This record gives sequence, structure tokens and C-alpha cells, in this order.
Amino acid sequence: MVKRAILTAIGIVWAAAAHAQGHGYTPADIENGGLLYQGNCTACHGPDGDGVPSINLGSGKFRRGTTDDEIVKIIIGGIPGTAMPPSSFSEGQAGTIIAYLRSLASSPTTGMLKGDAARGQALFTGKGQCQNCHSVAGVGARGGPSLSEVGGSRRAIELQRAIVEPSADIRSDHRPARVVTRDGATITGRLLNQDTFTVQLLENSGRLRLLDKSTIKEFAILKESPMPSYKDKLNAQEIADLVTYLTTLKGRR
Amino acid sequence: MTTRRRGLTVLVGVLAAAASVSGQVREWTTYSGDMLGQRHSPLTQITADNVKNLELQWVFQARSLEKFEATPLVVDGIMYTVQPPNDVVAMDAATGRVFWVYPYIPSPLARLCCGRVNRGLAIHENTLYMATIDGRLIAIDAKTGGLVWNIAVGGARPDTGYSLTVAPLVVKDKVIIGTAGGEYGVRGFLAAFDAKSGREVWRFHTIAGPGEPGAETWAGDSWKTGGGSIWVTGTYDADLNLTYWGVGNPGPDWNGDGRLGDNLYSDSVVALDADTGALKWHFQFTPHDVYDYDAVQIPVLADIQWQGKPRKAMLFGNRNGFFYVLDRTNGQFLLGKTFTKVTWTSGLDAKGRPQNMVPLTEDGVLIYPGVQGGTNWYSPAFSPRTNLFYLPMWGDTYSTFTKRPVEYKEGQRFTGALPAMPIRLLTPGPSINRRRPEEGWGGIQAIDPNTGEKKWEYKMADVVDAGVLSTASDLLFTGGREGYALVLDAKTGALLWKANVGGSVSNGPMTYMLGGRQYVAFAAGSSLFVYALRQ
Repeated sequence: MVKRAILTAIGIVWAAAAHAQGHGYTPADIENGGLLYQGNCTACHGPDGDGVPSINLGSGKFRRGTTDDEIVKIIIGGIPGTAMPPSSFSEGQAGTIIAYLRSLASSPTTGMLKGDAARGQALFTGKGQCQNCHSVAGVGARGGPSLSEVGGSRRAIELQRAIVEPSADIRSDHRPARVVTRDGATITGRLLNQDTFTVQLLENSGRLRLLDKSTIKEFAILKESPMPSYKDKLNAQEIADLVTYLTTLKGRR
Repeated sequence: MTTRRRGLTVLVGVLAAAASVSGQVREWTTYSGDMLGQRHSPLTQITADNVKNLELQWVFQARSLEKFEATPLVVDGIMYTVQPPNDVVAMDAATGRVFWVYPYIPSPLARLCCGRVNRGLAIHENTLYMATIDGRLIAIDAKTGGLVWNIAVGGARPDTGYSLTVAPLVVKDKVIIGTAGGEYGVRGFLAAFDAKSGREVWRFHTIAGPGEPGAETWAGDSWKTGGGSIWVTGTYDADLNLTYWGVGNPGPDWNGDGRLGDNLYSDSVVALDADTGALKWHFQFTPHDVYDYDAVQIPVLADIQWQGKPRKAMLFGNRNGFFYVLDRTNGQFLLGKTFTKVTWTSGLDAKGRPQNMVPLTEDGVLIYPGVQGGTNWYSPAFSPRTNLFYLPMWGDTYSTFTKRPVEYKEGQRFTGALPAMPIRLLTPGPSINRRRPEEGWGGIQAIDPNTGEKKWEYKMADVVDAGVLSTASDLLFTGGREGYALVLDAKTGALLWKANVGGSVSNGPMTYMLGGRQYVAFAAGSSLFVYALRQ
């Protein structure tokens, strides 16, 4: 905790210094801010920052402030009289959210093809065979993450990358793992949690399982996603259609 | 345990509640542990003889400091609970190690009179259901923690004061919930949703409107803001196919001048057809309530010997200070008797209607029980072994009720003047009690349904906000605001075991069997404490 506080404190100083030089945040700032943003802000603001009408946090420009200090105050204090609530973020945490938002403006979204959600849905349930591992609204399988609200938290560009290069950036929530027990059984599944004494998996069979490490011979968190790359399975337009479909999945009705 | 078998367990929970335990696994699949609301478990590993060997196995610490009111579910060895306000947590039920958390951030527009709380989940096959404080019903995959669907409950706008804190009840293929918000001038309702699709199947307005029976009990347009919250989970009789729910107070709480009439179905229990939501019967405990004596209790269903003959009864320990026995086939009043000091009425007539209700005045009038009632939302229990009803209750509590003008403004509190009482509202953190006994205390009472007489009473210095769990080894598990988890002898009320868990026991304790061990879970303060016998 202390270490994190120091790091974020350094982050603030560094970010403040960087602000004058054109917002050159560290990759760690942007990554931390992204996690906070996706966990706390996307329900209203959306993954691209444009979820609230006439507000686009991903544009690099903010309506109610220009400097990081001004925006930090808004993130922490909220905007009275609007749906923007106060938060319990520290100034350092709020600063990383700004770092993330400013990074959105400079990340490449150009070059992405325009897709069609209906065609994407047909690919999802048909040719792409996505439901063999993923579910949407309770339909599909549990091997891969549920995608019912993936469009509420992931940007189109991230989804495209996940389809083309599934192993490039496996989120820690979705890491595959393999356990070999002392009695020789091999168990594969998704790593849900671990501690000094136990490992917790969602087995590929769909069962939640806690394993005592004293019963385990081998335990590995795998770097290769069980998901195949669709780079050569779908053409560029099909991938764009699939991505467009996924961005419509917000989970809320 | 297979999905099919679990589905069966939920459906015939009525039977399962009475069945003996043959295997090593015993689950807890609904808020009350069964569809009858008895909060009685057939487990017997923990007994009066060995209870001294209870030992803390693990603790779950919620991130929130809000009151921890959820009763967990245990299915397939996994415990599911809700960290307030609306995060779903899946844990290994033997160790408490967390598999996943489904975090949900409710709308900042949500407004609640009495805490950003949640009372737990329902499960149907492999799907969990949670009602949220911002008026949504969310279905979550019980294995992955992934979202299945998240629907806005029609008309339950959080900015107008609607909220959902109740643990849903699954009856067959439907998920039944009810809205809170009676302190904000909502018009409450119960609604059933298709478990697969989330489509609304039926709705019952707890406040009768024009064209509905009972509309004549509301003056003018007062039904529009009539309240009638649902705060706790209902029960279900599979033979009668009726589902029973206690309905909350009329709005505004403490000034009835603008809503002359009986104000149906506030402060009532309603019996609805589980397939259609059609009202079969109702019984109103407190007509034209001005004390906030809402019927926010579990309607406990028990088959008892009534005057020598078997009877399908409903046992109802009410906030207004009376214990009631009704015939649950038709709502007939069988018995009503006070379990605490009552001064708001001179008594009940032959049909159970209170007589000579004390009106409120501008100068204030002192009334027993106080505004928090003789009991409240915390679950009672019924043991088919002892045939006793176990009621968490408050003794000698009073409030000064004062009539003040009140005007409805959308989204604002619509209550009148909050009555003054010596007992402070429950807040998280250490409890301090410097009251004299005559300023209020708490207890667990064992009541004989045949007579309404108190068989025994276990007294606590402070009041109780905890439910009661009964087991077939004739033990009761409960607690109190002063921070003790307690085990009592169900036959005598003798204290058999206690542990200081350091915060008000704030849910109904529950129990389950896993790997040959019986576990008991108490929520207290903002944490969940799980005990089993020392090995």
C-alpha cells in the first residue's frame, strides 16, 4: 500500500511535470488509469469516453477543465446537479485516469474498417463459431469470457486486436492455467484466484474448483490463449463486422 | 450435484426442508433456506453437547462498511453473497477463498431511506439473480460470474425513489421481486420475470389503484404516492401455488390526513397466484397506519395442529407488536397476541382488526412499540420439531410520534416528522449502549402458535437486528446489536455458546453441510464469519 502510494505520488509529480511537456505519461500511468476507468467510469462514459451525449472524454479535450489539476478535482468531487458523482479516488489515481483518457486521443483508430453489427452477429453465431467458447446473454459456452457486456468496457480497437492476436494481451481476468496434481490428473481452465496455499480455477468442464497446492505437482499460468487467431479465418471486413457487433453488447436493457 | 438435481431442489424446497439428511452435502438455495420461510435446517452435526467446540473457520471482509444484510446461498460447494451495495461474490464455501467478484456500480441517482443494502441472491439452474438499489434485475452466470442480462425493472426509476434491496424468490421458472421506496412516495409493486429471458410476466401493485379492488381505501389521488414497499423475500406454498409477501407502510409514513381510508395493501400480507400474480386473498395488520408499522416480515408457512386439527397456517410476527396466526389457504384470522408492550391500539377484534387506534397529534404522542417496531425485517424461524416460532424482538421500545404537514416532491423523502426514540439507528462500527432497561432492549422469544403464549425469552441488553436460524438438533443461531453471535437451546432458550464478532449481527444466520462438516455463517458489522466444529 505504501509502495503504491509512493508510486502514485511519484506519478503525480511526474505527470504534473510532463503536463507542461505535452502529457507524456508513463505507460504504467496509462495502464493503471485504464483499469480504473474501465472499472468505474465506463457504465456512463463508455469505453471510448463518448457514452454521455455531447461529451467525448476520448477526444483529448474536456469541457470543464483544461489542466490535469482541474480535471482531477472533477473526478474526485463530481459535478453537483448532474449524474457525475463524487468518487473516493486519490489525486494520484485520478491523475492516472486522465493519463489514460489523454492516451485515447492519440491511439490509432484510423484505418479500422466500418462494420455491420447484424453481419457481425451472424458471424458470431455461425462461421466464427464463437459460441463454442463464449456466451452472450446466457447463450453459448463458458470456456472463454462472457461477452454480454464486452462493448461496455472494451474499445473497438482492443476487440479487433483480441480477435487477430488473442495471445498478445490476455487480460489477467482471463488467463489460462494448467495444473497437474500429484496423482497425475491434468486440469486446465481459467485462473480465477490463487494464494500461497491454494489455486482457484474455472475448469474447462465448467466447474469452480479450489485446489490445495500441497496436492499439486505442477502449476502454470499459460501465455498462449486457447483462442485461435482469426487473422486468416475471417477477412478484414468480417473482422470489422464482428468487432462492430461486439461493441453493441452493453448488457443493459 | 447436477444442474437437474439442483433445479429439483429449488422446486421442491418445500419437501426438502422437511427431508432428513442422508448425504454429506446440504445446500442453502434460497434466502430463507426453504420456500416456506422457516429458516430451519435438518442438519444435526452441531449439537448442544458439542457446540462449545465451534471454531472460526474463515472470514469474508466486505469492501463496504454498509450493513451486511445478505443471507448467502451455498450451491455445489460455492457460497454466493452480495457485498453491499451490489457486488456479487463467489467463494469456496469450505475455505472462503474468492473465485470471482461481479462488481456492479449502481447509478448515483439511487436513493434509499435506510442504507444502500442488499439481502441476497436467488439461483435458478446455473444463473444467479440480484435486484439492485438502482432498480435493476441482473442475471449472472453462477460459474463464470459473467453477465447474462441486466434489465431495468419497468417503472422503478431510481431518481424517483424506487430501489430494490430484496433477495429475489424463484418460483418454478419465474424470478419474483418487489420494490422498496415507501419513504419516497413510490407506488410499490411485486413483479415476476422469466428466469431465462428477463421478460416481465406479471405485476401486482401493492397499492390498489383505480379499477382494482381496494382502490376505495385511498382518498383522492393518494394511491399514486401510497408506498407499499417490499423489503424482504416472500414465501411459496407449492400445493396451493400461492406466493406470500409482506407489504410495507403507506406513504407518507407519519401523517395519514391526505390518504384517508384503510390504504390497501399497505401493512398487509398478500397471497398471489404464482403463475399470474392474481390476488387470492389479503390480510391487513395495521389499517391506515401512521406509525410505520410495515409488514416487512417473512410470512412463515407451517403446518400445525390448530385446536387439535391439522391446519395450513401462516405465522407472522409483525412490526406492530402482535404475533398473528392466519389460515394460509384463505387468509382467515386465527389468532393475534402481543409479544411486546403495545399502546397504539386497545386490541384486536374477532377478525383481527385493531380497535381504538391512537391518532397522532401536532404536540406529539408517546406510543409503544417505537418507530422501529416490536420486530422488523430480520427473519424469524419455525422448528417443526419443537413446534415453536422464534422471533427476534424489541422490548419496551417507544417513540414520540408528531404529526407535521408533508408535501410530495418527486424524488424527495415523503414521510412526515421522524419520530424520536431513545434507541439510535443502527450504524456500522462499535456499538455503545448507555440506556436504561426501560428505554428498550432486545430478545429472542419462543412463541407457541396455538396460544400465542411466550414459551421462553432470551433477553439481551441491546436490541437485535439479526434473524434466527433453527436446526434439527434443536439449536438456534442468532445474534444481537451488541456484537455477539449466539447459540441458544431451542427448547429452553438457554445460552449454549457465544462469540464476540465485534459488530451487530446483521443478517439471518444460515448453515450448510460440505465435506462432512456443518458450517454456520453469521454476518456482523461488515464481515461474514463462518464457524464449524473443531477437527
